[in-house]
Amino acid sequence: MSTPTSTPTAATHENRPSLLVTSPNGRRRARISQLMTGVLLLTVLAALVPLAILLWQVISNGWGPFSWEFLTTVEPLSYRDTGGGYLAGIVGTLYMTGVAALISVPLGLAAAVYLNERPKGRYASVVRFFTDVMTGVPSVFVGLAVYALLVSGSGGLGLGFGTLAGAASLAIIMLPIVVRSSEEMLRLVPADLKQAAFGLGARQWQTTLKVTLPAAAPGLTTGVILAVARGAGETAPLILTALGAREVVLRLTGAPQADIGLLMLDGFRQPFEGGIQRAWAGGFTLILITLGLSIIARALARRSQI
Amino acid sequence: MDHRTAMARDLDHGQPPDGAPDEQAAQQHAPGTEPAHHAVHISIDQVSVRYGAFTAVRDVCFDVPRNAITALIGPSGCGKSTLLRTINRMNDLVPGATTTGAVTYNGEDIYAEGVDPVEVRRRIGMVFQKPNPFPKSIYDNVAFGPRLNGRKRDLDDLVEHSLRRAALWDEVKDKLAQSGLSLSGGQQQRLCIARAIAVDPDVILMDEPCSALDPIATLRIEELMKDMASEYTIVIVTHNMQQAARVSDLTAFFTVDMDNERQERTGVLVEIDDTDTIFTNASDPRTEAYITGRFG
Repeated sequence: MSTPTSTPTAATHENRPSLLVTSPNGRRRARISQLMTGVLLLTVLAALVPLAILLWQVISNGWGPFSWEFLTTVEPLSYRDTGGGYLAGIVGTLYMTGVAALISVPLGLAAAVYLNERPKGRYASVVRFFTDVMTGVPSVFVGLAVYALLVSGSGGLGLGFGTLAGAASLAIIMLPIVVRSSEEMLRLVPADLKQAAFGLGARQWQTTLKVTLPAAAPGLTTGVILAVARGAGETAPLILTALGAREVVLRLTGAPQADIGLLMLDGFRQPFEGGIQRAWAGGFTLILITLGLSIIARALARRSQI
Repeated sequence: MDHRTAMARDLDHGQPPDGAPDEQAAQQHAPGTEPAHHAVHISIDQVSVRYGAFTAVRDVCFDVPRNAITALIGPSGCGKSTLLRTINRMNDLVPGATTTGAVTYNGEDIYAEGVDPVEVRRRIGMVFQKPNPFPKSIYDNVAFGPRLNGRKRDLDDLVEHSLRRAALWDEVKDKLAQSGLSLSGGQQQRLCIARAIAVDPDVILMDEPCSALDPIATLRIEELMKDMASEYTIVIVTHNMQQAARVSDLTAFFTVDMDNERQERTGVLVEIDDTDTIFTNASDPRTEAYITGRFG
């Protein structure tokens, strides 16, 4: 048995140095600690700088052309003209995001409930695998796939460009986010509560519907809103599905639908001041929408009781 | 006294169980000759529980008398909670758990084919170690079980009755709409008891119901249990021997059986008897060693 020099004995315990005397390498450890704190702070700042620049750009350029008129009128016929707004795009984005949420939220919640209640179920690993893969699929490819399946007449359903096709592509992008965040939230529901329900003679579906889902509701809402915010900000999958429009479109199919991102794309591509100004304001609007949704989501998450 | 006989199993429920031996037993004892609490309510016969290859508790046999408090005591890992959960088939919910042997309730095997575990749990309620009210109002907590069974109206009386029965009504009658989580630990546990009562079970299983409570809240629950024993059959698992001595009519002592060859620890029942006998004159030296604090 090795005997370190500092084996505690009654004698050494009586002759301890004052607390003010630092132990041998204490000073070095304190210095390293300070240094690492500084390094980590720098990395945090480095991560925040691009975000701050981006926000600053959009706000400083978009705040000027942003107005009530921008929110309530459609674009003038020519990109050269100033004035007008993105009403068509705002309606289209909200419309398609809404329809996409109607498709992806029930499906996503159902999948999450399945993964939570049957974590080792027959299809659980398959669902998890495809959910992970779908998270990584480039969004433009999602648009391409929906184009082939729904829009195109040759080999697809031939629905044509429009709200439904756009919403379908957004739904595919939102689905894995809904599934994964909901699964996490459902897992946080204490097993105690489910046991209590079973102990009272609840069936599996009654436990899920009346105990697990309500207990997880605030967290589920947060996840859903974040997924919706993500969908609302997508542009790439809409190029091949919604196509874009300059007038307000209320039809579900049969007419190309407008989108804020698509309008911005067009606006920035033209060398005319009017279109570029409106595109900045469009970016500002989009950030307002997604930021607003995120803030709501965070606020709800804070109210969560689990 | 031998509590293992099936003597008065069907005193209250008329239906003699299938099988000749039981019928004979029923005929030998004229109804009413035994004190009420000696009628067998639940009979545990050769019950073993395995989690995969691991045997948690082995070959347990004993009878639980009606309208009495039966305490299960023993050191950690002796399988007493596991055994308790076999009585209302809560072990069914644990993946990989298998229960063998028979648990008979009112003369019917609850593990028989065709028996719905949900129906078992509606008759045999459960109160858990940690108070676990739902994050709902006090009222909705108590009404939860009845609503599951499709009862939507006239819940007020049932809620009041259940809360009164659990000695909680006077403390919460003015704040039924408040969250069950706003109550103190002891009140939460009585709320859980009220919630269990509301489904109208006749057996209540309690898995260390006071281990998360302070002594005063514990005392209130113990008084409540004694009071409830006139109407309900209560089986309680407790780590606290004094609690078993204070509240129970019968005490079952479990211990851990070490299999050195297979490196396995299995819970076994050492003995069950009147609580007084167990605490003053136990027949097995292991029981006496545990009771007197020599191990465990």
